[in-house]
Amino acid sequence: MKTSPDDFVPAAGNGLLDRRVFLRAGAAGSLGLLAASAGAQERPAWAKLPGEGMGPAGAPSKHEAHIRRGHLSLQTGTTGSGASRTPLEFLDGIITPSRLHFERHHSGIPDIDPRLHKLVIHGLVRRPLEFDVDALVRYPAVSRIQFLECSGNSGVLTAAEPVQASCGSIHGLVSASEWGGVPLSVLLDEAGVEPRGKWLVADGADAAMMSRSVPLEKAMDDAIVALYQNGEPLRPANGYPMRLFLPGWEGNISVKWLRTIKVTDGPAMTRDETSKYSDLREDGSARLFTFPMGVKSVITSPSPGLTMRQRGVYQIAGIAWSGAGRIARVQISVDGGNSWADAALDEHVLPKCLTRFRAAWNWDGGPSVIMSRALDETGAIQPDRGSWFDGQSRGNFYHYNAVHAWQVGADGESTHVYV
Amino acid sequence: MSMSSISGSAILLCIATTAIAESPGLGEPVSQSEIEQLDFVVMPDGSGLPAGSGTAMEGQALFATHCIACHGEDGTGGINDRLAGGHGSLATDAPAKTVGSYWPYATTLFDYIRRAMPYQSPGTLTPDEIYALTAYVLFINEIVDENAELDAEALPAVRMPNADGFTWDYQP
Ligand code: HEC
Repeated sequence: MKTSPDDFVPAAGNGLLDRRVFLRAGAAGSLGLLAASAGAQERPAWAKLPGEGMGPAGAPSKHEAHIRRGHLSLQTGTTGSGASRTPLEFLDGIITPSRLHFERHHSGIPDIDPRLHKLVIHGLVRRPLEFDVDALVRYPAVSRIQFLECSGNSGVLTAAEPVQASCGSIHGLVSASEWGGVPLSVLLDEAGVEPRGKWLVADGADAAMMSRSVPLEKAMDDAIVALYQNGEPLRPANGYPMRLFLPGWEGNISVKWLRTIKVTDGPAMTRDETSKYSDLREDGSARLFTFPMGVKSVITSPSPGLTMRQRGVYQIAGIAWSGAGRIARVQISVDGGNSWADAALDEHVLPKCLTRFRAAWNWDGGPSVIMSRALDETGAIQPDRGSWFDGQSRGNFYHYNAVHAWQVGADGESTHVYV
Repeated sequence: MSMSSISGSAILLCIATTAIAESPGLGEPVSQSEIEQLDFVVMPDGSGLPAGSGTAMEGQALFATHCIACHGEDGTGGINDRLAGGHGSLATDAPAKTVGSYWPYATTLFDYIRRAMPYQSPGTLTPDEIYALTAYVLFINEIVDENAELDAEALPAVRMPNADGFTWDYQP
């Protein structure tokens, strides 16, 4: 029953093991624990008295208080323009707890009274209509378990030297949730889009009145007006009481605090789709409407701050996602890209969602560069760093999705490296 | 097949048919005057622009009062975004994307100032003042001259230096 590292089937260089192995290694680990506690009849301190009672709302363990959104960046002179990031290195699975969902606001979080808030659909429609929350919860509801990623996520990787920061600080402008709400197509059909209507312009009810143009095609395909996040009403930071959610597309276009939708014959060319969120090229030209988020993966563990204290078998874990659909495959290298082996994917492989991957690694205690590379169901492959830069302006940091590497040192600490 | 699984699939069938039921039709009609109150969209062809006008010189005084603290003298950058200059820098290693060097449409300036600026008190400027500030920001970018007066006709006619600098990634 007990496995020794000698039984492990190598899958690639420097100790990377067959993707089925880490399951056995995990089982062996817990067996060891059972044996150690079997003999004695002792109670831990917390089992000697009844514990605390129930309460109206839960909170994480005080021992996990360090699991907080990180790298809060604020635009100078403002209190509400900036971003906070999901602490990816401390999380597992594919759902981001709502309290840790990343934030990106352009003028803070509005304090909206849901009884006074309405969504108005107007413009090139036969019947301009308004909907309040009470009306929207009576519509046939849908659920989307999907990621949301800011197109500026990982943008710091365009810097000449690798920044030394945690996984979440670098890559934490991505989160995934179960978003519940009403298909936007149902509301648009009710308003009756005129044949000339080809786009819509969505406005938020924040102080910046954040505004983005959305092709009607996407609105009628899989867009929703979301009311729920992970089973509860949206958090204020995520658009309470209602937001647009456009699966797989850059986060900024999923306008929060959704207030108006104007159906138009073309895009409005708002500030946040021209001045910002457009992708500058090396030749000085720029791309507008670069909507889908490219296929991407990142190893969340090990990563900076998570120390490997002794040699032996470890689980490499990470997340992969693609705005085009499902993740088909994730490959891992622990020798700087010389050899690769497939990671195991957790059972929930959903379209346009985070997919959790894992691999087993028998670390010999030596310095190693570990990397992951994702492929999606359309055949798109996560680019290496060099090819991501092809044709890009040095000033562009949007849509960075290249293969990312951590260097595990002999001291068991991970640092960020470029390969 | 047992009884319970038969009734189970019957229930599933019901759920499936209600899920594709038509909209309950709960949207309330909205009047034109209500729509005007909350329609902030300005299109590149100028539709959505309100009545009113303002000159670059009027805008200069307004800029000094409402904007200079964050955007600097002549919009050359303070603690927040630089609004002027950077012309010819886009293809270099240090591109400076400003209203003048980068933005494809002048209408976006009116649209954005009306929505979001000044940062601490958006919604406090009149349409005349927003036209004047728009004219001033274009003036410091050498796109219009100091006597330029902008209104709903003149603004969409302003041609931005980088108007041809963009291609669409999304293909309708
Ligand atoms: C308290 C500081 C502050 C003041 C005062 C202020 N702004 Fe701003 N401005 C900002 C910030 C912050 C941003 C960026 C907001 C963002 O990125 O979401 C910005 C962005 C802008 C932009 C867009 C820049 C770009 O390249 O995308 C324009 C144009 C602008 N402001 C014009 C004005 C005008 C005109 C005024 C005066 C009426 C003004 N601002 C007053 C803070 C300020």
